[in-house]
Amino acid sequence: MASERKTKLSKNLLRMKFMQRGLDSETKKQLEEEEKKMISDEHWYLDLPEFKEKESFIIEQQSFSLCEDLLYGRMSFRGFNPEVEKLMLQMNSKNKAVAEEEETVEVDVSDEEMARRYETLKRDRANYEEDENGNIKPIKT
Amino acid sequence: MPEAATTPAMAEVLSVGKESVAGCRARVAHNVLNQVVLPGEELVLPEHEDVDGLGGAGEQPLRLNSGARPRLRVVCGPGLRRCGDRLLVTKCGRLRHKEPGGGGGGVYWVDSQQKRYVPVKGDHVIGIVIAKSGDIFKVDVGGSEPASLSYLAFEGATKRNRPNVQVGDLIYGQCVVANKDMEPEMVCIDSCGRANGMGVIGQDGLLFKVTLGLIRKLLAPDCEIVQELGKLYPLEIVFGMNGRIWVKAKTIQQTLILANVLEACEHMTTDQRKQIFARLAES
Repeated sequence: MASERKTKLSKNLLRMKFMQRGLDSETKKQLEEEEKKMISDEHWYLDLPEFKEKESFIIEQQSFSLCEDLLYGRMSFRGFNPEVEKLMLQMNSKNKAVAEEEETVEVDVSDEEMARRYETLKRDRANYEEDENGNIKPIKT
Repeated sequence: MPEAATTPAMAEVLSVGKESVAGCRARVAHNVLNQVVLPGEELVLPEHEDVDGLGGAGEQPLRLNSGARPRLRVVCGPGLRRCGDRLLVTKCGRLRHKEPGGGGGGVYWVDSQQKRYVPVKGDHVIGIVIAKSGDIFKVDVGGSEPASLSYLAFEGATKRNRPNVQVGDLIYGQCVVANKDMEPEMVCIDSCGRANGMGVIGQDGLLFKVTLGLIRKLLAPDCEIVQELGKLYPLEIVFGMNGRIWVKAKTIQQTLILANVLEACEHMTTDQRKQIFARLAES
């Protein structure tokens, strides 16, 4: 006998990777948030406000690297060790966290040419459709 | 910058001593910046000034949330310890402060001078391999115990592909475990598995020891000493935070000159240093 109600898929099944591909990003985000809430609810924590008050806000650190911005310890001058000179540039720029201007990526073909190309390549959607397997077939008129 | 003890500094220290013994009152950290502090002093952090000053007023401002004071995370660095809500000074030197980049509070620390190194987590140090036992190397970093270095902690090292490290080699690495309860451990790779310049330091060159304060002074971003040295002749230097410096130049004489200059520059004034560099550049 044909079942009148739709077979309900279990939650675990819905969470599997192949079922998630069809979902759009919003539903995915909602699912992730729900999962996070469930996981964080399970974590135990101390619910003692007096303890929190007494918790000190001073952190002890014995390292000088936090206090002073020190340069990288290996140095080479006038080309004595080219690898170390390369390293110097790399590490010191990381330390300074200089936001180097993003160099524009050089392209072989300009953006306008790409747009023109795509126009000619684009299939006219009205003449094609996808069948149940995802294959694109022309509509027989 | 750590200065040699001259008469004005001594006078300062004496006045500080008198004040803290007579007053027996904690000073506010903000007012003591860049001044000499002595071990045993307590420093009060700026937020708590309001609480101390209210006693005389008789009126108390309304607090919106009773008891909860706005707190900023303050980091107490080397030379300071946490003592209740205050900072306790454990080394004598000048108190320094760094404003926070993001987030709350800032960093307070004492700029002191010492020769003996105590291993600290995250420091890059130069070590000498003293023993090879099974899977680990014992490396002397100048602390109370030799640090252990696993043979897998090198870039590209696997169980079959062992690094080529012999007893007596110099290693530039980073301390990952360093506290008073455990033996220190060091590695020669970073958290991504790349060497980043760490590992065995090459052949030749000269290793010598200086004070820890000099290393920090030389590694400061605005230090001219190393830049001027670099203009003299091609050379390579490695600084270890444990007070060890390794230098290498093309000839033995140049290497020795470098070593002497670096050892002496701690006690020279800027003019004397410039004279010496000028003389070296001529010859």
